[in-house]
Amino acid sequence: MLELKEGVRHPVDFILNGKPARGLAEPRMLLSDFLRQELGCAEIHVGCEHGVCGACTVLIDGIPARSCLTLAVQTAGRTVETVRSLAAEDGALSDLQEAFRRHHALQCGYCTPGILMSAEQFLRERADPSEQEVREMLSGHICRCTGYVGIVEAILETARSRAGAR
Amino acid sequence: MKPKPFTYLRPADINEALQALARIGEDARILAGGQSLLPMMNFRLAQARALIDISRLAPLAYIRKTAGEIEIGAATTQAQLLAWPQLGDATPLLSAALPHVGHFQTRSRGTVCGSIAHSDPASELPLCLATLEGKVVLRSSKGERVLPAAEFQTGMLATARRPDEVVVAVRFPERKQGAGYAFMEMAQRHGDFAICAVAAVVSGKTTRLGVGGVADKPTVREWSGLPNGELDDALNDFAWELGGTDDHHATAAYRRELVRRLGRRAIEEAAKCSS
Ligand SMILES: Cc1cc2nc3c(=O)[nH]c(=O)nc-3n(C[C@@H](O)[C@H](O)[C@H](O)COP(=O)(O)OP(=O)(O)OC[C@H]3O[C@@H](n4cnc5c(N)ncnc54)[C@H](O)[C@@H]3O)c2cc1C
Ligand code: FES
Ligand code: FES
Repeated sequence: MLELKEGVRHPVDFILNGKPARGLAEPRMLLSDFLRQELGCAEIHVGCEHGVCGACTVLIDGIPARSCLTLAVQTAGRTVETVRSLAAEDGALSDLQEAFRRHHALQCGYCTPGILMSAEQFLRERADPSEQEVREMLSGHICRCTGYVGIVEAILETARSRAGAR
Repeated sequence: MKPKPFTYLRPADINEALQALARIGEDARILAGGQSLLPMMNFRLAQARALIDISRLAPLAYIRKTAGEIEIGAATTQAQLLAWPQLGDATPLLSAALPHVGHFQTRSRGTVCGSIAHSDPASELPLCLATLEGKVVLRSSKGERVLPAAEFQTGMLATARRPDEVVVAVRFPERKQGAGYAFMEMAQRHGDFAICAVAAVVSGKTTRLGVGGVADKPTVREWSGLPNGELDDALNDFAWELGGTDDHHATAAYRRELVRRLGRRAIEEAAKCSS
């Protein structure tokens, strides 16, 4: 049985945005704090720390999850993707990110990294989503600025253009 | 907003988990999906000396059809159950209720057994378990016992689970031939906890209604041969007996109204689906 003692910082090895990464974490350290404070991932936004706002959402082994409701030590040996994984190496935005920009799907941008990760995985699974399905997926995120209309449009447009490209 | 220090244990199998629980006792907690436990620990509403993480125990991640029952193991997530192709056929009530359990970003981690073990009075899965008269399989290092939902659920966030026991599985009865099922709830937003949730089963002359979110645990009433004209009175009595209270989500009077209206709607819908 693996036993990680309280109060001690333990090494955590995992794959972060496609590259091996390592940091130290006490058992009680949340993945959100670990990514921000240990690994400098300022793209992790923390809103509520109880799973409600969705700002901290990342993909763990390809599935959207709250990094504030995950312990850093639980991600040992797994893959974690943050919003940084979406753009190309040279900084060129992904089609989804471009669509967000076109549709004014963000204002302050606090909610955006989380929404983009949920939306990206959602679009990988669903080629032709309805507006209803998009809104249901978005119910796991709170945006205080936009009113969601632009976000829904951006996601639907990306779905259509990806379907056209296939 | 951060948990107090604790030791993290990741057992290699269920026996190691049971031994650790027996050794540490009440100061240890099982960590399943963490979608209720970690918010409570972040807020320091809950604390533990040790967390025993069972979320990666692959042998506990299963959905199995046995004689007339669907058995769901302790590591099975709500998302996995929702994606199970036979769900709608096997248990239409669960199929209707599951999309209301949180959001797809929490169902990806939250487990079915974790929700039953947590026993929030407003949560959907304990309500389905109570209404369908399902069972909970509890195991400790000393042995295993199986409790009917009504014996397992004892109150608000309270169950008959002993400190050294793990909920290793839950069992939902398979749909009954000819019976109709319906689930409905009122929540502030889709995915929020229910202000009031109802689950109805209509089979021949028998009508059964389970209500969540009003009393301190899911409460089930069954009527036999109730004439249609008396349904409103029966629902009104039930609504008052549930003894809901005012809180910042809704008043007790509003909750009674929801029991009457949602209750009737769900019973009518279930009757339509029965034959
Ligand atoms: C934003 C948000 C919205 C939500 N909305 C809803 C909702 O609408 N409806 C709803 O029902 N739930 C909702 N939830 C809670 C739901 O997501 C949780 O998954 C569920 O309540 C607990 O399951 P878990 O696997 O996450 O358990 P955990 O959080 O890991 O554990 C919860 C409790 O049960 C105990 N436990 C867990 N598994 C076992 C076991 N096998 N044996 C013994 N004890 C065990 C733990 O020790 C702990 O005390 C929501 C959560 C969030 C964050
Ligand atoms: S910070 Fe994690 S969901 Fe709000
Ligand atoms: S853009 Fe400001 S919260 Fe969404």
